[in-house]
Amino acid sequence: MVKFDLKPLSDSLLDFIPEGRSALLPALHAAQQLYGYIPEEAAHLIADSLKVPLADIYGVIDFYTLFFREPVGETVIHVCNDPACALAGSDTIMKVVNQKYMFNDSVENFRPQITIERAPCLGLCESAPAMLVQGKPAIGKNITNWEELITGGGSPPQPIVSGDIEFLTANCKNEHVTNLEVYVQGGGYSSLQYALSIPPAEIINQVKSSGLVGRGGAAFPTGVKWEGAARETDETKYVVCNGDEAEPGTFKDRILLEKDPHRILEGMIISAYAIGAKKGYFYIRGEYLIAYERIIQAIDDAKSANYLGKNILGTEFSFEIEVRRGAGAYICGEETALFESIEGKRGFPRVKPPFPTVSGLFGKPTVINNVETLANIPLILSIGVEAYRSIGTEKSPGPKLFCVSGDVQRPGLYEVPFGVSLHHLILDLAGGMKEGSTFHAALIGGAAGAFAGEDHLNVMLSFEDLRSHGLPLGSGVITVFDESRDMIDICHRLAHFFADESCGKCYPCQIGTKRQYEILSRINQNRIDPEDQQRLIDLAETMTDTSLCGLGQTAGSAIVSAMKLWPHLFKPQTVV
Amino acid sequence: MKKEIQLTIDGNTIQVPEGTTILKAAESIGIKIPTICYHDYCTANALCRICVVEIEGSRTLIPSCVAKVSSDMQVKTKSERVIKSRKTILEMLVSSIDLSESPEILNMIDEYEANPSRFPDAERREHAVIDDNPMFIRDYEKCILCWRCVQVCAEDAQYTFAINFSGRGYETQINTFYEKPLPETSCVFCGQCIGVCPTGALKPKREWLLQDGYQPEEIMLLTRTQRKKKTKSSARPSSGGSHE
Ligand SMILES: Cc1cc2nc3c(=O)[nH]c(=O)nc-3n(C[C@H](O)[C@H](O)[C@H](O)COP(=O)(O)O)c2cc1C
Ligand code: SF4
Ligand code: SF4
Ligand code: FES
Repeated sequence: MVKFDLKPLSDSLLDFIPEGRSALLPALHAAQQLYGYIPEEAAHLIADSLKVPLADIYGVIDFYTLFFREPVGETVIHVCNDPACALAGSDTIMKVVNQKYMFNDSVENFRPQITIERAPCLGLCESAPAMLVQGKPAIGKNITNWEELITGGGSPPQPIVSGDIEFLTANCKNEHVTNLEVYVQGGGYSSLQYALSIPPAEIINQVKSSGLVGRGGAAFPTGVKWEGAARETDETKYVVCNGDEAEPGTFKDRILLEKDPHRILEGMIISAYAIGAKKGYFYIRGEYLIAYERIIQAIDDAKSANYLGKNILGTEFSFEIEVRRGAGAYICGEETALFESIEGKRGFPRVKPPFPTVSGLFGKPTVINNVETLANIPLILSIGVEAYRSIGTEKSPGPKLFCVSGDVQRPGLYEVPFGVSLHHLILDLAGGMKEGSTFHAALIGGAAGAFAGEDHLNVMLSFEDLRSHGLPLGSGVITVFDESRDMIDICHRLAHFFADESCGKCYPCQIGTKRQYEILSRINQNRIDPEDQQRLIDLAETMTDTSLCGLGQTAGSAIVSAMKLWPHLFKPQTVV
Repeated sequence: MKKEIQLTIDGNTIQVPEGTTILKAAESIGIKIPTICYHDYCTANALCRICVVEIEGSRTLIPSCVAKVSSDMQVKTKSERVIKSRKTILEMLVSSIDLSESPEILNMIDEYEANPSRFPDAERREHAVIDDNPMFIRDYEKCILCWRCVQVCAEDAQYTFAINFSGRGYETQINTFYEKPLPETSCVFCGQCIGVCPTGALKPKREWLLQDGYQPEEIMLLTRTQRKKKTKSSARPSSGGSHE
């Protein structure tokens, strides 16, 4: 057995001890950083230091896919396998990486040092096919230089950010991060200054009147949520920013965090003032290492300029933010699972009610908002409710970010007012279909969404119009497929995603996602049983009706929508 | 005195104290809602979803073991949607787990006419029996992940925290720290977990040996080590009793 030098770990644990169990994920990240994986001895030491039962620690390590309990290669490569990257040839990338790894002589030396992982959507869909090398993004297309890839060379992909308007994305078009100086020059933090000069209730009123609803997928009115938490009398309240973005096809929050971190911080600080919270948590997806580093930097800078910390801008209001890195679990984007994760536990969603505004993080009243939702807050306060409502439609006011990927000329992030057509987004803004291909379908809302066919191209992208066509807006994902695409293969990948990401808490999703995946595997191999359609429908209905959280409730929706659009694909083929 | 709440269950209008679960409210008028994971003395986590009911105005079905009554609630405990969901959940369960020692679930399967072979080619959860201590065995092929053992070992009773989970999703299993044998964990062999396990996944060693065809005298003859090492259909002493 290898003996580990536990000294560096015990040194770094000193900082974590006062936080107890809540520091578990940071401590595990620190251990993995030191040893490449989490050796038993390290887990033991962490358990003793943070007073967490041993069995619980193991439960946590084994829940999150980015934590390794056995030794892995010195370089870890994650290759995305979800739809947008599959369209761009991720299977080939996977093969090439594996082949190079297996056979290339010059790479022989690297051999024991590499681990290759098949990953769920990495949120780099605009640069598909995507990979992470040691946590840093790399574009699969540029895989020609193997050594450079392994040594982490090459620059991170530069995304296309465009659209009809740029209320939220003006600062995202720069090559570099918008730092504090540049942000302030452009009027940044003036909304915070204004907010601190008016009563919290007035801010909540403005947010309510703006008609802003959450951009994380559930579309709950933000002002109403804030009002609920503001009403609670508990001394301790929290605000949480949900930066766990992991819906296949979504990358908007990553770009906002990487390019314009202060905008999100400003929104978060205002939300804390509005509800009376003194502490906030910023939860960032484990795969988003660059965003994580930029948010930490931005928090430091904001502190030195007194936008954060004690007596912000000379007022009575004090507020601090702690950053938490996820560790590979889609379910931790669900708000209550995210709280559990911050508390140092497995990411099991909680039974609701109670709702977070009453009992959220550490059992305290909590407001949790999506990154893009918070980006809207400084905008509302700076241009005013009326101007804000003049963007978009009556029922869906404001700007909206859409993540367009797949078979279009210009995959990227597009900012538009609510109400433009799907046609405009795909054919005008994203440059239309790739050379020589025609539009077949679009997956709207990600894995948890639904497929739209050609007939839907004129649908207006607003909550009301999409809903009337039976389509969800979700978090603004649009993955486009041309006529050559094998839609069963896509459904198969979606089913795989849910089976892999189900937390396993409630039976319908724990078992249902697995059975759904098995049936799709069968269909994908053209071994269709005549009963399979009905099985899929029954599974989807049961998961939707009885699952504990949104993951299980939507795990069958895209597949059911595919069955409606292309029923023949799910029936046994008559052999000719 | 708690406030009384009026609601209607399957057409019966009743009054129960505020804070009562729908499950208990229904029970109070003799309507039995099936349950699997629920246990009166364990924290309810609403895992199995077999207890779901239909509530007017609600998008999804609602787990009655945790959902509290509210004023003028209209509850249906046996609607078509409810029956269908229960049936499908049972079909999922039986496609995954060895339920041979869970008579209550087997009865439900009959009652709801669930088809045990609804999902052909389903990968079952197969695990070897873990026989790592002299007191009880763990046969996770029979485990329905009701969480009761984990909870009684933790805050629901014992505060020992010897077991938790490994994996997630379909691969979830009750497990110890780095999957160590129980004697190497904090387990104090109080037996609480065996007491609450509904499926025979946790079983006293003696009962297990008896089931395997041992006579009580034979078990007495086995040395401690033999009892510990024994696995199903191996290490069985010959009838002559020559234990080498
Ligand atoms: C399975 C699942 C995953 C989710 N993932 C995210 C996510 O990555 N980011 C996010 O903001 N919301 C996510 N949500 C929605 C959150 O639960 C919550 O509604 C949201 O963070 C609230 O913020 P908002 O009101 O600003 O949208 C997810 C929900 C579910 C059920
Ligand atoms: S629906 Fe799925 S992800 Fe959500 S609690 Fe149930 S098993 Fe976990
Ligand atoms: S071992 Fe028994 S008590 Fe524990 S989760 Fe499984 S079925 Fe429930
Ligand atoms: S008995 Fe209610 S969810 Fe299991």
